[in-house]
Amino acid sequence: MAEKSYRDAIRDAMMEEMDRDPNVLIMGEDIGVYEGTFRITAGMLKKYGPKRVIDTPIAEAGMAGTAVGMAMLGLRPIVEMMTMNFAIVAADQILNHAAKVRYFSGGQVDVPMVIRGPQGAGVQLSAQHSQTFEAFYGHFPGLAVVAPATPADAKGMLKTAIRGKDPVIFLESAALYGMKGEVPDDPDFTVPFGKSRVAREGSDVTVVSYGRMLQLSLIVADKLSKDEGIEAEVIDLRSMRPLDLDPVYESVAKTHRAIVVQEQWKPFGAAAEISASIMENAFDDLDAPVERVTGEDVPMPYARNLELLATPNESHVAEAIKKVMYRA
Amino acid sequence: MPEVKEQTATIDAAACAPEWKEILRQMIFIRRFEEATEREFRKGKIGGYLHVYSGQEAVASGVLTAIRKGDIVFSGYRDHAHALALGAEPRRVMAELFGKGTGVSKGKGGSMHLFDVEHGFYGGYGIVGGHLTLATGAAYALRYQQTDRIAVCYFGDGAMNIGSFHEALNMAGLWGKQGLCPMLLIIENNGYAMGTSVDRHSALTDLAARVRAYNIPAEKIDGQDVFAIRGAADRIVRQIRETGTPYCIEAITYRFSGHGAADILQPYRSKDEVEQHKHRDPILIMRNRLAEMCAITDDDVKKMDEEANAEVAKAVQFAEESEQPEASELFTDVVSNG
Repeated sequence: MAEKSYRDAIRDAMMEEMDRDPNVLIMGEDIGVYEGTFRITAGMLKKYGPKRVIDTPIAEAGMAGTAVGMAMLGLRPIVEMMTMNFAIVAADQILNHAAKVRYFSGGQVDVPMVIRGPQGAGVQLSAQHSQTFEAFYGHFPGLAVVAPATPADAKGMLKTAIRGKDPVIFLESAALYGMKGEVPDDPDFTVPFGKSRVAREGSDVTVVSYGRMLQLSLIVADKLSKDEGIEAEVIDLRSMRPLDLDPVYESVAKTHRAIVVQEQWKPFGAAAEISASIMENAFDDLDAPVERVTGEDVPMPYARNLELLATPNESHVAEAIKKVMYRA
Repeated sequence: MPEVKEQTATIDAAACAPEWKEILRQMIFIRRFEEATEREFRKGKIGGYLHVYSGQEAVASGVLTAIRKGDIVFSGYRDHAHALALGAEPRRVMAELFGKGTGVSKGKGGSMHLFDVEHGFYGGYGIVGGHLTLATGAAYALRYQQTDRIAVCYFGDGAMNIGSFHEALNMAGLWGKQGLCPMLLIIENNGYAMGTSVDRHSALTDLAARVRAYNIPAEKIDGQDVFAIRGAADRIVRQIRETGTPYCIEAITYRFSGHGAADILQPYRSKDEVEQHKHRDPILIMRNRLAEMCAITDDDVKKMDEEANAEVAKAVQFAEESEQPEASELFTDVVSNG
């Protein structure tokens, strides 16, 4: 084990896989000479050369679509989206091509590719640079969609993504890039998709989250434990597709209460899917309706005070927990 | 389906090489096959959308007989001829159209998504122009893996206005500078993007010029003349294979049937126009030429027709008698199973 930042964990995963398999390559905007907007790819061009670390034009559809073609021919491309907001330009390539070609070919091709990049609110990045996409991609069969919350998961899940046979949407958070944590050194350390984990044990209420909001949930859980004696069990979903809710149902059987925390818009969001599933599968265990903590239903504003109002914070999570415990 | 032997050397357009007869046979077969699909569609045996290739056969046969095993081909939704010319089993292509489990895509793709990777056919795609990026990436992969295989990408004039077209061609032009994009682009310019003519959909009607804007050489070739297409393809394929750089053929062609099976009225063009173009039927042009070159007779052609019809009938029968996909197939091939 070594202490690593989330950023370094991602880079380590990519470089170890590139060392391991010559078919792995990475492409993206300004990932080579510039070394990446968030410096995830620093040093990679120098080590692997321009054939494997490809600086692309600003052309997200081109990046994603060429990656599909490469993957169908046996390469394992990683596409770095400077931010996931830009990947909307490539929606046709991702949703109509990457996600479906295995199916409509009757299983004649594998599509081992990763589309990765940061999503979510930063600091005053405004409407076009602050969005989250787990619900958007999670809607489509044929994709895997993951959102790791820790450096260890970032590394282990990225390795799983690179070694797989399917297109993976790998959702990072720029706000987590500097976060540090213990990461196993074993070059074959991987974290499988579709295995939620209990990030914090508790007996009073179940808090379900992933990605950056998982970290927020853990902070609130510790505070409530200290200040009010409430013990929240926090579940890290890790992946949206495949989605593993069994640990959530097991937890709800114990706590009888649940909230779901997601960063952005409530309508048709991940929290809606998860709370509906809890209702369908654990209805008799519930002592209160499932509560959703979400961002406000507006495009992200620029002004810092408005941005903070639009985004879930500690008190939103604490209030939701108290509400389902009838302690509000 | 008549198979045309792999070519190692350019065939002489002036001499009566046996291969020319096989190409004629293939073109006739494709025409008869497409006519059958239209009949079966009207009978309700084929569902969904059906886009047939009649009139454009020289573009498929002229190019796809010039490449070799290992080369790969991408196409749009008007893809039956490309699959057949590459050697896909006609009965399995027909079965796919019938939505049967014996189809080339297990009945999960249909007319727009024929697939036969074993024969180098990497698919028909239904989002116009969306597949150009895939072909570009595939071409990169072929060079990355240090092979001398090439990718061929068919698309229509209507595919040249979507963003993916421009993003793909720009990247192909860039990668070509490093010898990393062995791709032959074939514009099947049949004059119409569905029902919108080239002068109504393209600000610049010289389509080859638009390709050249991305530093990719492009030539206009008569797409009704298989000798012209094949001659150009022989030369260009060799160059692409040697250099790893992309090249484009703008094949000027015409489709005789509607855009799709539902395009009955065709308000965007006159019957006269269609009749005029039928004088330049690629099969007619070729048989006249072979009559001069190889003394091919009407009886020879009649025999080819009969053989084609017989094989098409067998394909229809196979499709008819095949089982629908198992219900369990609904859930397979969504993602890998390991």
